[in-house]
Amino acid sequence: MVRGRRVFGKRSGEIARKRLKLLLAADKTDCSPDFLGMIKDDIRAVVSKYMDIDPEEIEVGITNTLFHGVPDPVPVFYANIPIRCLSYKGII
Amino acid sequence: MSEVIVITSGKGGVGKTTTSANIGTGLAMLGTRVALIDTDIGLRNLDVVMGLENRIVYNLVDVVEGNCRMKQALIRDKRYPNLYLLPSAQTRDKSAVNPEQMIKLTEDLKDDFDYILLDCPAGIEQGFRNAVAGADRALVVTTPEVSAIRDADRIIGLLENGNMGQIQLIVNRVRTDMVRRGDMMSVDDVMDILAVPLLGAIPDDESIVISTNQGEPLAGTDTPSGQAYLDICKRLLGEDIPVCIPETGRGFISRLTGFLKRA
Repeated sequence: MVRGRRVFGKRSGEIARKRLKLLLAADKTDCSPDFLGMIKDDIRAVVSKYMDIDPEEIEVGITNTLFHGVPDPVPVFYANIPIRCLSYKGII
Repeated sequence: MSEVIVITSGKGGVGKTTTSANIGTGLAMLGTRVALIDTDIGLRNLDVVMGLENRIVYNLVDVVEGNCRMKQALIRDKRYPNLYLLPSAQTRDKSAVNPEQMIKLTEDLKDDFDYILLDCPAGIEQGFRNAVAGADRALVVTTPEVSAIRDADRIIGLLENGNMGQIQLIVNRVRTDMVRRGDMMSVDDVMDILAVPLLGAIPDDESIVISTNQGEPLAGTDTPSGQAYLDICKRLLGEDIPVCIPETGRGFISRLTGFLKRA
């Protein structure tokens, strides 16, 4: 019989609670590709006013990340925007 | 002023039908007029839990399609003359009924009953949409398990988007002994995650199995779950009763006291 002994120092109830929090965050932020595409277009338009970026390589999404001082992972929106050439385009 | 309450969960097997039967019985015991409706078309169960399976002549689909009058399809409970069951159809599927027809059905029952309880099928498809269509209040049943809570969260989201008047939580099959040693999420943990007001918590109690075997709901009996269900009914009627989860566990002490009681 499997006893709920400490696995990695945690009780199984606590493991369940943490897993569930992550799962629900992922379920809720699972936004449609259309929605992400719209955000991506807007980001491209804004950032390219200031920098020479590669519009085809922009990557956006939602993930969970641990922050210092916060016990549970927090959902974050991320955007990776490769810069083609670091210049002061648009500023000067 | 009558109220239409849907008992739902998303996940199957968490105790929707048992909860429907027991809340219906408890409310009838407290003197209100109750209609229980099994909306799980194709997988009829509430009649069995109520012990009324041998009395079915007409069903919900017959009423909706006009094959019979409502009064002909309603089955009176064995013990409470103010409790009625409208059974589901066993040989049809969910598409036999639509949400508009369910709204009309519940409206028709409002003249004769104080509480109309709808036992919702598992899932989020048409059966769910039918069951919630006419409801003023939703009771979401879950167990303290990751999969059941995940589905409950999804259901709560759908109910909120559908502008359900009131949404309350019932946490079923709680084992205080396991919660105490940290191997089960507590009722507080579940409430914290789902962020919905709690209507009650039901202990994991073997008398439920016995009561289902016998086809006699145990609300109000001298059992831990019987009392917990009766408390839920009293809260529905507006009484202010704090939630406490009695010990039913299979821990050493409760087994010992159980043994001594039997001896």
